[in-house]
Amino acid sequence: MERVVRHFQEELEQLQARLLEMGGLAEERVRAAVQGLSTRDVDLIDQVLQGDEPVNELHVEIDSRCFKLLALHQPMATDLRAVVSAVKINTDLERVGDLAVNIAEAAKRYATHAPVKKLIDLPQMGDLAQAMLRDALDSFVRRDTTLAKQVLDEDDRLDELKTKIFRELLAYMLNDRATVEPSLDLILISRHLERIGDHATNIAEDVIFMVSALDVRHHAVNPQN
Amino acid sequence: MDTLNPPLLSVPRPSTPAAPDLGRQLKIDVERLSFFYGAKRALEDISIRIQPNVVTAFIGPSGCGKSTFLRTLNRMNDIIAGARVEGQVLIDGHDIYGPGVDVVALRRKVGMVFQKSNPFPKSVFDNVAYGLRINRMVSSRSELAGRVEESLKQAAIWDEVKDRLQESALAMSGGQQQRLCIARTLAVRPDIILMDEPASALDPIATQRIEELIYNLKKTYTIVIVTHNMQQAARVSDHTAFFWLGRLVEYGRTETIFTAPSEKLTEDYLTGRFG
Repeated sequence: MERVVRHFQEELEQLQARLLEMGGLAEERVRAAVQGLSTRDVDLIDQVLQGDEPVNELHVEIDSRCFKLLALHQPMATDLRAVVSAVKINTDLERVGDLAVNIAEAAKRYATHAPVKKLIDLPQMGDLAQAMLRDALDSFVRRDTTLAKQVLDEDDRLDELKTKIFRELLAYMLNDRATVEPSLDLILISRHLERIGDHATNIAEDVIFMVSALDVRHHAVNPQN
Repeated sequence: MDTLNPPLLSVPRPSTPAAPDLGRQLKIDVERLSFFYGAKRALEDISIRIQPNVVTAFIGPSGCGKSTFLRTLNRMNDIIAGARVEGQVLIDGHDIYGPGVDVVALRRKVGMVFQKSNPFPKSVFDNVAYGLRINRMVSSRSELAGRVEESLKQAAIWDEVKDRLQESALAMSGGQQQRLCIARTLAVRPDIILMDEPASALDPIATQRIEELIYNLKKTYTIVIVTHNMQQAARVSDHTAFFWLGRLVEYGRTETIFTAPSEKLTEDYLTGRFG
């Protein structure tokens, strides 16, 4: 019995380490995509476009580890919540990786046009989305529900920035038709960054569920009893 | 030591779908029960309420008192020298340790299935008919045959034995013997069935049959099962009670106990971090 438990804990720790590794990769790809956009660095953008494979491989590996833990150890209580949360966080991180590619695609198109304006709010959105992702992952590592709740609160700020960017770019588009195409790419990027914030929020919600068994999704708070 | 005295010692929350309706009559109501083997206290201050037609699982490490507690519910411990009970066990509102209780009638009402199947060295038919005959519960051969068939059907073994009712029960497989013993218990039409590790000696397929049977039987009976197999408790029961060192630590909806228990002791036991 003792041996089996230690074995399970070891596997759970490995799973969480791989999840963090994936989180780090996804976060770095978002950073690179936004930097590529800001500096019009097409080489950096291409690196993002071509470098999705490690995240995808981790996605499959983590799912397989979770599946194995569920099938072979049939975890219960906090262990069960940890594995189920890992499955969900894994999906969120994979989507973040995809969104980094989407940002890079739009950034590459944007780089073929003259800049619409100096980018201020978009890089800020990028910083905020990355910070949310980082905090969500930190809250996961530290099992810190206070930090996870902060991530939930930050999501509103990201939404505000997205709305602000849309309005500003709408004005540019109305004034000058030549800005329509590049502006639409910037709007798309703001949408992708907002989605990354949503995934960070999902992760934070999963952390709260994992630690305290509370389901706070859709503003619900349901103790599981 | 607070964890040993959790607030939830009675019924699970009534507001949740699987929780019992508080308006319904209790089938079993145990109030501050302690049990002693001589000077040794094996159960301490157990209070628990069980509604009809519910499967309740008792889980906990070896020696935690779960089997002892199960056996207090039909006074099976009476036969142990030096055993003593304090507190109250009400079944359908009647104190089973009260004066003038007919223990034989009690055990008819509260049947028991044991870990090791224990068919009598008789035919399949005679095993099931045994309780009906000695209690003179039937008035004709055809009634007896009808009750035997009904019990075997309820125990989901009729199709396997209908053509060999006169063969020895001892020639059957372990899983069949256990279902035969359940049929024997059902024959005297109990209200409550106590099961002490009913599937621990069976292979996975026979175990699954017993579990399916438990699921079907709860429509008619109230079932209390002791099991070491936590997955089994999770699969078959509506409510779970966790015992530790002779105390009831936590009692609630099975779904809650296995996903988000309130007590750290329960959590530690379920996740194997005990000791």
